[in-house]
Amino acid sequence: MLKIQNLSKHFGGVKAVNNCSFDIKENNITALIGPNGSGKSTLFNLVSGIIKEDSGKITYNKQDITNLSPEKVSNTGISRLFQKSQLFDNLTIKENLLLAIDNEDTKFWKNLLGKNKTTKEKEERVNKLLKLVEMESFADKLGRELSYGQKRLIEIARTILNPHKLLMLDEPIAGVTPKLRTKISEILLNLKKQGATILLIEHDMNFALNLADEVIVLDEGRVIAKGTPNQIKNNKKVLEAYLGD
Amino acid sequence: MIEAYFIHLAILVGIYLILALSLQLALGYTGLINLGHIAFFAIGAYVSALLTLSGIPFIIAILLAGVISALFGFLLSIPTNKLKGDYLALATLAFTFVIYAITLNWASLTRGPLGLPGIPKPSIFGLSFSSNLSFLILILVIVLAVYFLIKRIVYSPFGKVLEATRDNELATRVLGKNTFKIKSIALGASAFFAGIAGSLYAHYITYIDPSSFTIMQLIPILCIVIIGGLASLRGTIIATIILILLPEPLRFIGFPSSVVGPMRQIIYALILLLILIYRPKGFFGKVELE
Repeated sequence: MLKIQNLSKHFGGVKAVNNCSFDIKENNITALIGPNGSGKSTLFNLVSGIIKEDSGKITYNKQDITNLSPEKVSNTGISRLFQKSQLFDNLTIKENLLLAIDNEDTKFWKNLLGKNKTTKEKEERVNKLLKLVEMESFADKLGRELSYGQKRLIEIARTILNPHKLLMLDEPIAGVTPKLRTKISEILLNLKKQGATILLIEHDMNFALNLADEVIVLDEGRVIAKGTPNQIKNNKKVLEAYLGD
Repeated sequence: MIEAYFIHLAILVGIYLILALSLQLALGYTGLINLGHIAFFAIGAYVSALLTLSGIPFIIAILLAGVISALFGFLLSIPTNKLKGDYLALATLAFTFVIYAITLNWASLTRGPLGLPGIPKPSIFGLSFSSNLSFLILILVIVLAVYFLIKRIVYSPFGKVLEATRDNELATRVLGKNTFKIKSIALGASAFFAGIAGSLYAHYITYIDPSSFTIMQLIPILCIVIIGGLASLRGTIIATIILILLPEPLRFIGFPSSVVGPMRQIIYALILLLILIYRPKGFFGKVELE
């Protein structure tokens, strides 16, 4: 579904992503793991179109998406969750979520002429997602009024609402309580059942290995191992990368 | 006499309201620190004046003033698309200077520093607005229309995209929205209304020259938007009325005109300073000025 071929990105003398190649299969949960600075988030930024690659190719559903702008990447069906909160602080939670549903809201004349009303169907979709993350009572709160964990849940809900076939989640459980971790884990497994493909970056090894069908390990911008969680657990290279020689 | 004075003040409030509400659309709702607003006002004033002086009816002239200002808004959005904050402010400020230089130096068109005198009072389908009272009624109708349109834009889902762009442009793009297009439309729409205000100004004063469109004229409008509060239409209305009327009593105390002008600037600066220290969001602002 997503194919990375010989992708490289350097920042000055630092090789953040170094001739990296892998592909992820449809309807799988793939975990991208690796020590700090191994190039995981840079790789996400390259796929999302936020930064441009030095060389290499990114293909999604047989379409070359290398160097597409972030909005074009999103409109191909890739929805992205960031590591840091990217909620719209001065909009309500409901408004934050409604923004993700479609792009009809970018049509000036349609909106000026009142032909783009917030339909009941859209409201129901938002309410359903709020219920899923157990935050119905926060619908009218502003983004800035939420705690870190609450923001995380709303951002996950927004990423899910954004039309997608592939979800790219950068550390979805970082900084959240154990109860919320379980909740997020359930949500992701449910999404997989419904046909979604998920690529996630995770530092919590237990979370990643329990959830993923396949694990890709990065170190110094290169893929050093790839396989099932069980294969990865016992991989010597992976242990070296994490624990040192 | 006093009646004529109040009508004059109400007309000024009306023109400033259109300018401030339209700047609010770009600055308060979309987060574009646009110091080129007074240039759109100038473009509207000159386009409308030149057209009516060559015999074009007022109704066409005022609409073209808006459309041509909007076109300049779109054009300005192209080179400034990737600029943010101070850089955008500087680039749009440069645009104000460019337009000022054009009005000053393209003498064959604008008569340069001599200005354009004898701009006719508005007349729509035979209905003349030559008296100040009838002009005030015209201004009221246009202010209401502008307020209604801007309110409709900012309360629609499109308005939420504007606010999302202001709050976090990258996150808006990652949700699939083309923020370049969105910012261009916001700047274009904001410029359209500023152009309309320019046209009304030209036809009210009946004389324009480049000195009416310098950066100094932008300061009260910027103060109104910040003091009223970013992304607040209600705050903009209240701040416009207060800021335009506040310096007026100085005239009655007996200060000469040469003192009233500078005093006005000092009053604006003091209010702005106090607001930024004690109420950074202005009267009713949703967001703080960064």
